[in-house]
Amino acid sequence: MAETASSGNPLDKDFLQIRARLIELAAAMDRVDRGGGAAGDPRLEQIRRSLAIVAGNEPNRAEQVQMEFSLSARG
Amino acid sequence: MYFFDPHIHVASRTTDDLQALARAGCVGLGEPAFWMGYDRTAAVCFYDYFRQLTEWEPKRVANYGMAHWAWVGMNAKEAENVGLAREVIALLPEFLDRPNVLGVGEIGLNKCTRNELTTLEELVALALARGEQLLFHTPHLEEKYRGTGMILDLLAADDRVVPERVWIDHCEEHTIRPVLEAGYWAGLTLYPTTKMTPERAVDMIEIYGPERILVTSSADWGPSDPMAVPAFIQAMRRRGHDDALIRRVVYDNPLRLMRQSRNFQG
Repeated sequence: MAETASSGNPLDKDFLQIRARLIELAAAMDRVDRGGGAAGDPRLEQIRRSLAIVAGNEPNRAEQVQMEFSLSARG
Repeated sequence: MYFFDPHIHVASRTTDDLQALARAGCVGLGEPAFWMGYDRTAAVCFYDYFRQLTEWEPKRVANYGMAHWAWVGMNAKEAENVGLAREVIALLPEFLDRPNVLGVGEIGLNKCTRNELTTLEELVALALARGEQLLFHTPHLEEKYRGTGMILDLLAADDRVVPERVWIDHCEEHTIRPVLEAGYWAGLTLYPTTKMTPERAVDMIEIYGPERILVTSSADWGPSDPMAVPAFIQAMRRRGHDDALIRRVVYDNPLRLMRQSRNFQG
């Protein structure tokens, strides 16, 4: 079987990129707050639910996040 | 808009980069001495490198209508070898007297070891004895918070230090506040993945204001963006900031810092 990007410990290659994206995301959320917040905005809830998916242990996180942002999936 | 990139490693960049910078409005570049990606084997290698920074690179940059200033010092990574560092420190006065050298830099910490700190203390002592400006490299990633604190402690212990003549570079969200509160210049390094993006640098301006903040590319031999300062200008405009504020950060601030060096001519 050919070695794929997900074989071995991907953190050896991807840790810094993941770290950078987390900081970027944190900074973006700070920006939302400084801009007056977005209380009640349904997109903010989408983001929070997506973050919970990312932080969870279920597989297929990317697919789940895509579905979170898919109108047809939410009825 | 005219701008400076006060921290870029021109020796590692191509003429294509210099051409692009000049066409984007860059009027001057600052080049601190640093680790060239490999450990040098003798002090004479540094002597040649300092000659490159003060003789050859200014000529290359001048071909594109930009000015060039250098900082000389022993970088944090090679500072682990204290014996070699002392030989290099002995070379510095000759170069600090050159008309295009702004001060001692970039010096600092990498792994925050005892040897690195010894070298750093000796470099700072030389700079303070001569009245030179100082440019500090703060460590990368997980060592940044600790190393920045160690540098601030070192400076706070010497009453000869004039904070507005000290530039603490590579600041990020968790280190910029104590640097500014102590009166030093804070450098924001727009460097992919391991440091700061243009958008986050704009955040820092919005939170702390433009006073004593510098924005640079630190472009070098690794993945980096020599056009990072123009990217910052664009990010500021996208957020609705006016040209007067942008100009203060990318032009007035670096000019103000550089003019504090006795060798600055511009």
